[in-house]
Amino acid sequence: MNMTADAPLLAADGVPLAVKLKRAERRKKLRAALLVAPLAVFLLATFILPIALLLYRSVENPEVPAMLPKTVSALAGWQGQGLPDEAALGVFVQELTAAKDNKAMVGNAAKRLNMEISGYRSLLTKTVRAMPLDPAAGPLREQFVNIDERWAEADYWRVLRHQDSRYTGFYLQSSLDIKRGADDSLHMAGDDEAIYLKIFGRTLWMSAVVTLFCFLLGYPLAYWLVNLPTRKSNLLMIVVLLPFWTSVLVRVAAWIVLLQNEGLINGALMAMGFVDSPVQLAFNRIGVYIAMVHILLPFMILPVFSVMKAIPPTYMRAAVSLGSHPIPAFWKVYFPQTVAGVGAGALLVFIMSIGYYITPALLGGPDDQMVSYYVAFFTNNTVNWGMAAALGSLLLIATMALYTLYARIVGANRLSLG
Amino acid sequence: MLQPYATPLEKLWFYAFRLFCIGVLVFLILPLLVIVPLSFSADSFLMYPIHSFSLRWYEAFFTNSEWMDSLKNSMIVAPAATLLATVLGTVAAVGLTSADFPGKSFMMTVLISPMVVPVVIVGVGAYLFFAPLGLANSYLGLVMVHAALGVPFVVITVSATLRGFNPNLVRASASLGGNPVYTFFRVTLPLIAPGVISGGLFAFAASFDEVVVTLFLAGPEQTTLPRQMFAGIKENISPTIAAAATVLILFSIVLLLTLEWLRGRSEKMRTAASAA
Repeated sequence: MNMTADAPLLAADGVPLAVKLKRAERRKKLRAALLVAPLAVFLLATFILPIALLLYRSVENPEVPAMLPKTVSALAGWQGQGLPDEAALGVFVQELTAAKDNKAMVGNAAKRLNMEISGYRSLLTKTVRAMPLDPAAGPLREQFVNIDERWAEADYWRVLRHQDSRYTGFYLQSSLDIKRGADDSLHMAGDDEAIYLKIFGRTLWMSAVVTLFCFLLGYPLAYWLVNLPTRKSNLLMIVVLLPFWTSVLVRVAAWIVLLQNEGLINGALMAMGFVDSPVQLAFNRIGVYIAMVHILLPFMILPVFSVMKAIPPTYMRAAVSLGSHPIPAFWKVYFPQTVAGVGAGALLVFIMSIGYYITPALLGGPDDQMVSYYVAFFTNNTVNWGMAAALGSLLLIATMALYTLYARIVGANRLSLG
Repeated sequence: MLQPYATPLEKLWFYAFRLFCIGVLVFLILPLLVIVPLSFSADSFLMYPIHSFSLRWYEAFFTNSEWMDSLKNSMIVAPAATLLATVLGTVAAVGLTSADFPGKSFMMTVLISPMVVPVVIVGVGAYLFFAPLGLANSYLGLVMVHAALGVPFVVITVSATLRGFNPNLVRASASLGGNPVYTFFRVTLPLIAPGVISGGLFAFAASFDEVVVTLFLAGPEQTTLPRQMFAGIKENISPTIAAAATVLILFSIVLLLTLEWLRGRSEKMRTAASAA
């Protein structure tokens, strides 16, 4: 070797090897990123942008500013008492007259205002129909009150003044039961008006109950399956996996058949003499719990099972042979080693539960519906995109917070699929 | 395992525990066992006991144009979504496992998020976004969103398979003059095929069982089988639903068995690779 120790190694073309390696590595990284790019772009277009649009819809407020842009800025000078001054009313008349033939625009603005004060819809359409007003016929204030007496109330003007921005916190506030008072301050709705916090609370509570039952049923079963001979446990694992692979709708239909008043469960309960008349099991909370636990149980069993499989049975034997009673040995030696699997399973079950829609919709009553139901309700029944988007956004935030926790603790790529 | 020297209390605990576990297994399988016989009942109500048997509900299922159209739609949408998800997901998984690049773990988190985001949000968002583009009430829109929902399964399964793949095989191919594309199709793909196929099966099941996005995004022309079942359960639950359910259960048995067979194959491949 005639090379000195500190001279850089050169490749065949004279470039130092270290540089070439770095270049090759960079090329490899670029190629890896390019391979991921098509999927990233695809998901951006089919998944991320639609959700971003939904989030945007929860704060968007175009209806009134589009119809009455000058009125809302003219109202900014109004003191909040009595009717606005004649100049502002003049602008209002102009814009109402100009919008008269645009039924869709008036309809949207009327619908938006009606969310703030019910009855505003008819007030606005009635007023539009009365346009134009003749300023020579007397003060506009009197003419407005003549159209409808409600114009004498400051509340209607206050709501209108508040429509000065194309963005609003109204939907998100409403989703959290926050109301705007007469003095423009925000306060929590009273118990009789509060709706959505209760629904969020119910969603979290139901998810917690489902997660708990999945743990209580899934943990022992996973333990039993792990300790069975492989052939037997593989066979029984099919019993766990077959429902997992069966359509959710098939399972919901089957549970309706089982749980209905004339169903097998009630038949069995009555035959055994536990009850005299059928117990209501379907179309209430019990039915929802049973079906949800049934659907989500495999998501608990599979991660717990794979964690248990990696625990050498010798640990428990060692603890027992050292004089421990099997029960404390289980708690102190075995259980702590399975906590990771239980955490992964529980978090996954909980995350999936809070977004449930189909099962409560088909197997629950009106008081068993979760947040997703109301997102669908505002979309389909009242076409109130703002509320649908706001409830959806809050649900999404909760899900993503839990998912981030999951990705941090378990690693997103380790979501168990059995 | 029950030891011969077990005390009566231990024996009681042992049998109680076993009974509990068997109870949980019964809970898991009971709904499937219950609905299948009802599909062969001649009665018009989904109720036990069954008085006489007939195939009339299968006849109703296979001759009703609504059910058949929805089956046909599912057979169009699910395979198309599976193909799209499998191709994009496999390519991305190869990228994700071949090198570390900045933002890789974030990327992984994003690619898997369709699995956990509540479907109602996906459905409403997709409708808001696709309707102005003319893609609501179209097969294309439905296929794309279903593919997005299936992608995480492909990414997870294929990346897991690639972790057991020996990268020296790619280097060997390259040193023998194979270009990356040739190497992928002739070396990598044949070896990771079981993972790709099982990822595809998961994606297929995800689309084939999807009802919420379909509810929002699809028009009456694109009604799929789960959508039809949803309507059926909601309106009046007739034994035709039991027949449809039985067909679907048969379908899931085929899927499950294929998957188990693939898992066996890929395990064999892994042990062979580590022995070599």
